[in-house]
Amino acid sequence: MTVRKNQASLTAEEKRRFVAALLELKRNGRYDAFVTTHNAFIMGDTDNGERTGHRSPSFLPWHRRFLLEFERALQSVDASVALPYWDWSTDRSTRSSLWAPDFLGGTGRSRDGQVMDGPFAASKGNWPINVRVDGRTYLRRALGAGVRELPTPAEVDSVLAMATYDMAPWNSASDGFRNHLEGWRGVNLHNRVHVWVGGQMATGVSPNDPVFWMHHAYIDKLWAEWQRRHPGSPYLPGGGTPNVVDLGETMKPWNDTTPAALLDHTAHYTFDA
Amino acid sequence: MPELTRRHALAVAAALTAAAPLAAVPAARADDDGHHHGGTPGSPAAFDEIYKGRRIQGRPASGGGHHHHGDGGYGVFVDGVELHVMRNADGSWISVISHYDPVTTPRAAARAAVDELQGAPLLPFPAN
Repeated sequence: MTVRKNQASLTAEEKRRFVAALLELKRNGRYDAFVTTHNAFIMGDTDNGERTGHRSPSFLPWHRRFLLEFERALQSVDASVALPYWDWSTDRSTRSSLWAPDFLGGTGRSRDGQVMDGPFAASKGNWPINVRVDGRTYLRRALGAGVRELPTPAEVDSVLAMATYDMAPWNSASDGFRNHLEGWRGVNLHNRVHVWVGGQMATGVSPNDPVFWMHHAYIDKLWAEWQRRHPGSPYLPGGGTPNVVDLGETMKPWNDTTPAALLDHTAHYTFDA
Repeated sequence: MPELTRRHALAVAAALTAAAPLAAVPAARADDDGHHHGGTPGSPAAFDEIYKGRRIQGRPASGGGHHHHGDGGYGVFVDGVELHVMRNADGSWISVISHYDPVTTPRAAARAAVDELQGAPLLPFPAN
C-alpha cells in the first residue's frame, strides 16, 4: 500500500528515488503529457461553462485522480516511490529543506527567475520546459515574491471548519469548503501557494514545477481531513447540475470514474499521519 | 523523445474547448468613452498602450467563430500575440501567465503578463 509522507520527513534515499523517478518520466516524455492535460483543463474550465478540473466541485476529485495517475507513472519507474506532500502552513520558509539542492532546488535568480541549483535547474540539462506559454525553456521560481506569506495553520483550520462541501453556483463565486480551499474566495489557500512559488507554478502550465505534485498532495490530504471532521457532509451537488460534475457523473478526461468513486482515498493510499 | 510539445497541448486544449458551448458574440466596437456595443454583457472597453516597452491591446472579441477558448468574450494581445485570458464570476480577470491571481481588469491582466514575461516572447495561442 502506498503511504504518502510529509516531504519534511523523507530520508535522503527517499528523496533521491523520488527525484530519479521524476527525471525518468521527464526523459521518456510521460511527464510533459501531464502538463499538457492540466493546461488544457485550466484554459477550458470556465465559471459559466463546462468546468471540471478547477473552479468547480470536482476540483478535488479531479486532482485526486490526476495525482493517482501521476503516482502510478512514478511507480512504474520505481515501485517504492510515493508522492510526498508539502504542508506549506508549517514548512513556510524559503529555507525549508524542500528547497535544498538535494531535493527541489531553491528560488530563481532575480535577473530572469531561473532556478540555478538542484536536479531541475536548466544547467543540469535534465529538465527542459517543453509545454510552455512563453519562450522561456528553463524552470523559474520567485519564492515569496508574488505574495509574501503562505497560509497559516489558523487559516487552514478556518477553512476545514466549513461544514458544507460546495454551494451553488458551483464556481469561483461559491461559498463553502471547496472554493475556500481552492482559494477564489476568502483567506485563499491553494491559489495563494501557486502565487507564492511563482514562475511556472503561477501559470496554467504549473505542473512543470515538481512542487506542483507535493502542493496538490497536501490539498488532497486537507480534503481527507475535512471528511474526517465532517463525516455527515457529502460531496455536492448530488445530481442534475448543468456544466458541473455531479456525485455520480463521470469526469473527463478519463470518463471512467466519478467523484463518488474517489471519495475514499484509502482504497489507493494512506497518509503517514 | 515523443513530440509532447506545445503543439500537442494546444491541440488537446482546442479539442476540449471546442466541445464547450460557445458564446455567440456579435461584432463589437468600443466607443472612445469606454462604452461598448455587443460582446459579452458588461464586457470592458478596448485598450491599446505601450507598457514597459511592449504593446498591450484588449478588445471585445469579434464574431466569426474563431475565438474558442475561455469564455470567448474578450481578446488580449501582447506585441500582437494573443494572451489567453478568462473572466471570473466576480468580474475579476486572470491569464494563462498568471492563472491563480485575479486582477480587476483585462488591462491589469495584460500588464501582469508583461511583468511576468520579463521581456520573453509570448508563444502564439492556437489558431482555432
